Amino acid sequence: MSDRQLTAEERSLRYINEEYLEKYGFHDPDDFYAIKSEPGLSEDVVRWISAIKGEPTWMTEFRVRAYHEFLKKPMPTWGADLSQIDFDKIRYYVRATERQESNWDDVPPDIKQTFDRLGIPEAEQKFLSGVGAQYESEVVYHKIREDLESKGVLFLDMDSGLREHPEIVREYFGSVIPLTDNKFAALNSAVWSGGSFIYVPPGVHVEMPLQAYFRINTENMGQFERTLIIVDEGAFVHYVEGCTAPIWSTDSLHSAVVEIIVKKGGRCRYTTIQNWSSNVYNLVTKRAVAYENATMEWVDANLGSKITMKYPAVYLIEPGAHGEILSIAFAGDGQHQDAGGKVVHVAPNTTSRIISKSISKDTGRSSYRGLLKAHKGARNIRSNVVCDALLLDPAARSDTYPYIEIEEDDVTVGHEASVSKVGEEQLFYLMSRGLSEAEANSMIVNGFIEPLARELPAEFSLELRRLIEIQLEGSVG
Amino acid sequence: MGATLEIRNLHVSINDTPILKGVNLTINQGETHALMGPNGSGKSTLAYALMGHPAYTVDSGEVIFDGVDMLELEADERSRLGLFLAFQYPVAVPGVTVANFLRSAINARRKSENPEDPGITIPDFRRLLKNKMDLLGIDHKFAGRYLNEGFSGGEKKRNEVLQLATLEPKIGILDETDSGLDIDALRIVADGVNKLKGPQLGILVITHYKRMLEYLQPSFVHMIMDGQIVESGGPELADEIEEYGYKPFFAKHGVEATED
Repeated sequence: MSDRQLTAEERSLRYINEEYLEKYGFHDPDDFYAIKSEPGLSEDVVRWISAIKGEPTWMTEFRVRAYHEFLKKPMPTWGADLSQIDFDKIRYYVRATERQESNWDDVPPDIKQTFDRLGIPEAEQKFLSGVGAQYESEVVYHKIREDLESKGVLFLDMDSGLREHPEIVREYFGSVIPLTDNKFAALNSAVWSGGSFIYVPPGVHVEMPLQAYFRINTENMGQFERTLIIVDEGAFVHYVEGCTAPIWSTDSLHSAVVEIIVKKGGRCRYTTIQNWSSNVYNLVTKRAVAYENATMEWVDANLGSKITMKYPAVYLIEPGAHGEILSIAFAGDGQHQDAGGKVVHVAPNTTSRIISKSISKDTGRSSYRGLLKAHKGARNIRSNVVCDALLLDPAARSDTYPYIEIEEDDVTVGHEASVSKVGEEQLFYLMSRGLSEAEANSMIVNGFIEPLARELPAEFSLELRRLIEIQLEGSVG
Repeated sequence: MGATLEIRNLHVSINDTPILKGVNLTINQGETHALMGPNGSGKSTLAYALMGHPAYTVDSGEVIFDGVDMLELEADERSRLGLFLAFQYPVAVPGVTVANFLRSAINARRKSENPEDPGITIPDFRRLLKNKMDLLGIDHKFAGRYLNEGFSGGEKKRNEVLQLATLEPKIGILDETDSGLDIDALRIVADGVNKLKGPQLGILVITHYKRMLEYLQPSFVHMIMDGQIVESGGPELADEIEEYGYKPFFAKHGVEATED
């Protein structure tokens, strides 16, 4: 792509390197859509979405209440710059197919090709327990291994979950993240579509990960998936989500809500490898509650998007609960990753750990924003927060906003923060052994994220490193 | 025929302050040279400038290595041609294991010779690294540690020697490899270097003290003062310095003594 062919706006997107274009930047023709809402949002649009989904009245009312809540709430101004979002230009619901398949061969060829190119069916064969693939607003493919199904594991898209298990959904939907939580959670609650619904019965261990893949294809699209995961007593699941979009010259909005309940002695790991194109606003609310001796782990890697604001949270509400947030952010030229995590110790004898690693390159900006809170009565708690930032260029920026609110005396809290620059001495040392400057840079960055990358299963760790490699090469070309 | 490192009338400055003021020195593959000199005489500057550190400005002169004008090349290119610098203060690279680092360095060399080279296989590399660690008496666990992170002074220097052994350069510069080591650590490091000596390796040992030289037995000893090599001779020069210090040489060469 030469500079001359680019419009001014596209030029500003040039930091998306060619490799992203080649790998994820393709987009399918848009003449095959079954349903596509007109841009803009109103109560009618909200009711219309609910109607075409054939939802029960309580959900329609939930949506409408959420819509009014969304209107009431001001745009948050405490974080990244969201002033350019134009809610009137967004299409809130786009459906490409009439039905969902459980056999890739039945997925419409254009869409199947998309996921083939992203390597999803192949990964499903090799190392996953189940896969959901969401294209625009709806999940187009869903499959779980039969042995898990027979053990009672539910892995459905959220719409099917609501249809087939209304009693569970009604009990938990909006219970962890109420529709009043924040402007974007309210928006999601009003127009949500797709996402995953997972229930793991007591004592069942889902050994291989369940993966959901989210793809935005249309310009000015808003994707609002909604995920609800319930891990029953002593059960375990690892859920992984990935996401990409083509590069349009106008912005898209991705605003998800993820609610997780981990019951007594259960464990849930939720891994995100976020690789949206650099014209996507990624504003996501994720929160889990952990009961007695339960463990919740968020592994949150943010590599793509124009602006990300995301702070996965864990509420430790019964004794012995443990929360962990591992956050990796890479802000390339023009990107702002405002990421971090929240841990709230409500119960005594609870423990938590937040590790954040951010890398900023060119004019990229990454912020760590974290909250560590201990309620009155949450005695004998231990928490450790470590955030490290690596700056690759003089114009790159890193900020740390650690909030600590402790209302109890008997707590042990550690907090360490470091900012390092890839120094001349480090580069020279590696280059003096024959590595080129690019190789040396890449080695330093890979080493920097190593403590987190090694916590991931090999396939995802590899994927993460590969994506970081692409980001690093970005500015050279 | 072996490679030659030829330094001709080299002038180097840091932040516009001249440090080297016309260094001449020739080292052939297979020879061991020692460079001694008081603090601030330009010893380490010579080492860094030869390796191509960007903070060191070459104002004039030539450095020809194996027939190639080195001054035109970046540090990585100099390395791939066969020049090596064992650092006085090796830098830590967290998260990168010694093994991973060395394998990347070997592959960078192979790729520069042949872009199609797929790189050394993991079994071949393991074998190579084990052999080198055994040769130098280094615990195999060392390979899995993060590069220089939390290393003791002795471990850092042994790691430099392990890199020297693994990358097999034509000329290796040891920049005050003896500094900060106690007598036992010094012996271990020096023993390691001795095992690498041979017709394929030319060595320039930079040191303040003679102790290192007792182990390495250089055939050529040079003394640098105020940015110039003022004396060159055999091992007897090192003895002389050991016995009388640098003082008599300051007077002899009309150089103002620097603070030590």
